[in-house]
Amino acid sequence: MNDAAANHQLVQFHNVNFTLPNAPESIISDLNLSVAKGETLVLLGESGSGKTTTLKFVNRLLVPTSGEVIVEGKSTTAWDPIALRRRIGYVIQEGGLFPHFTIARNVGVVPSLLGWDQIDARVEELLNLVGLPPEKFAARYPRELSGGQRQRVGVARALAADPPLLLLDEPFGALDPLTRASLQREFADLSKRLGKTAILVTHDVREALLLGSRIGLMHRGRLLLLETPERFLASDNPQAHAYLDTLALTANAGEKR
Amino acid sequence: MSFWQFLQLNWSELLGLIDQHVKLVLIAIVVAVVIGVPTGILLTRHRALRGPVLGIANVMQTIPSLALFGFLIPLPFIGGIGARTALIALVLYSLLPIIRNTITGILGVEPSVREAAVAMGMTDGQVLRHVELPLAMGVIVTGIRVATVIAVGVTTIAAAVGAGGLGVYIFRGLRQYDNNLLLAGALSSALLALVADFSLGLIQRWLTVDRKPAQPRLRKLVPVAAAVIILLVSVLLLRDGSSNTDKISIGSKDFTESALLAEIVAQMLEARGVSVERRFELGGNLPHDALVSGTLDLYPEYTGTAYTAILHHPPISDPRAVYDQTKQEYADKFRVEVSAPIGFENTFAILIRGAEARQLNLKTISDAAPHTSKWRAGFGQDFMSRADGYPGFSKTYLLKFAEVREMDLSLTYIALSSRQVDLIAGNSTEGRIATLDLFQLADDRRYFPPYEAVYLVRQDTLQRVPALREVLAKLANAISTEEMRRLNYEVDGNRRDPKEVVRQWIGGKQ
Repeated sequence: MNDAAANHQLVQFHNVNFTLPNAPESIISDLNLSVAKGETLVLLGESGSGKTTTLKFVNRLLVPTSGEVIVEGKSTTAWDPIALRRRIGYVIQEGGLFPHFTIARNVGVVPSLLGWDQIDARVEELLNLVGLPPEKFAARYPRELSGGQRQRVGVARALAADPPLLLLDEPFGALDPLTRASLQREFADLSKRLGKTAILVTHDVREALLLGSRIGLMHRGRLLLLETPERFLASDNPQAHAYLDTLALTANAGEKR
Repeated sequence: MSFWQFLQLNWSELLGLIDQHVKLVLIAIVVAVVIGVPTGILLTRHRALRGPVLGIANVMQTIPSLALFGFLIPLPFIGGIGARTALIALVLYSLLPIIRNTITGILGVEPSVREAAVAMGMTDGQVLRHVELPLAMGVIVTGIRVATVIAVGVTTIAAAVGAGGLGVYIFRGLRQYDNNLLLAGALSSALLALVADFSLGLIQRWLTVDRKPAQPRLRKLVPVAAAVIILLVSVLLLRDGSSNTDKISIGSKDFTESALLAEIVAQMLEARGVSVERRFELGGNLPHDALVSGTLDLYPEYTGTAYTAILHHPPISDPRAVYDQTKQEYADKFRVEVSAPIGFENTFAILIRGAEARQLNLKTISDAAPHTSKWRAGFGQDFMSRADGYPGFSKTYLLKFAEVREMDLSLTYIALSSRQVDLIAGNSTEGRIATLDLFQLADDRRYFPPYEAVYLVRQDTLQRVPALREVLAKLANAISTEEMRRLNYEVDGNRRDPKEVVRQWIGGKQ
């Protein structure tokens, strides 16, 4: 891969393997993958397929047993993990908000770690961006919010320091279907508008088709397929078919496409 | 004297003791927090250390407090007597709940919240400061709260090593048959514990993040109330049990000699086919109360103690007068008979190290008086306060010590031989006088009243159990001071079983 091509790739996985000392089977096997600037890569798979593990390599919550993960041209092991993580937004299921911080403080946490001035203005901007009027929400605590509202705060927090890359681990998984659908649409708009690069993990094929510029299908620690949504729909891979069959059962699936 | 009058008279002394008590607890808890919280944090980062450190802290907590004080006295630097030793013991006791709750609190933080903090790019220190500690604070304060309440209790024992505090009143009250002292000490320390528990509870509620609806306040008082009830019931049981017709119940005070004298009667009665119930090692005024109420039928006592501490007469030095008047009053007031003297006296023995006695050629208390301005004295709680104790003693011999420490009597002997103090008031029949090479200064001005050993027996028991009169007659004038010292030493020094020692002694007499 030449330098010019590498410049377009924000994240690259090279022959990544991951095993735990006492486990017979490896968690991740021979993973090769790149994520281009501006795209939203969706990792699709059932529980235990290794998709969350893959995500955690990127901000060095985990380090591969062999192979390497390159972020912005530098192996994660060469990065200072703290500096790396402050350049990557992270959203997890249920938000992972700090229960003892107000919403404003939760959103402003990375800017304040970075020592920014005018954090308040940034927090207001972000809360408006995710549709939570600051005058109503800034001073509240996470436990006073609904699940959907907490998830919006989680997204705002991840965007706070304007990171080039977002990692989202089943961000809409715990929400009721209606809230999930509207948040998914809003996120699709938002990521297009902000031009962020994102890696999103889900087990929901509809979400993958709606949000992904490419879809990576994972099964037992291996990447089976890596295609655009259109080609994913046309794939004859049996695992991909199994997912697509679940779509046929849902009446409104066609409308969404 | 009513409790109210007692409080009015002793108000300033009581406040002083409360002040000492609070300071001991506060300093100990602050030190324990400064050591314990960082230790707990460290243990959340190093899993391998957790087992051993918690194990040691656990063992500390299981050592009885008086024993721990005893271990610390002979140690250099950290030992000795006074507040420092007490503080070390208190800190050791307080560490476990603080360390344990710090660990529990931090490890109890929701994993997703901790992971989010790490993924935001917080350093380990920032995760700790901004996330783990704030979220664990409620649990950590609970640990401090538990440690504080325990420390308020344990501090009452600190009086045994001369550290002061409310234990001074409690020990003194136990030994002197004085419920006012006991009540003032115990109530104050219970109140302190409640105040500490309540105020730390408020802080804890304020610091706990996910506040649950406030518990009804009554529920918090349930354990305290239960403890008080159990205490009262056990005291009442000891006081109100009625004597059984086919048994004789024999009591003793809480030291070796008293237990030996009681065992002698018990074995001699058993040899005559009487069944005996042993209620030995009763503290303070319990034997007297139990005897008067009928729970006990007999226990060994000293004429001087009965005369001054129970009958509340000023001390006099004529043994005959003390014996006669005690016998008369016990018969009139309590329907209790005083036996013929057993043959020895257990009086206060003013002791110094043998080496100094020989070097300075000291034989009597008057000989030693000029040296006392350079000496530190260590006295048991009852010697400090009783009518025939320290105040009159120092006046009679015109003594002025460099320092006077009030501490547990049995610890004064070690304190003297390990040079923590230079003069003590021990018991004349103490076995360790010979083994520790201590020297008894003669009471040349005859200050101390007579303390002849006797048995106190209920009159109705004497009628019910005829063998008893025969046994008591045999024991009249049967044990000399030297013999008693030897018997005490067999138990205290040679660690022999008291029953065995008594069996052998009875065998030798026949």
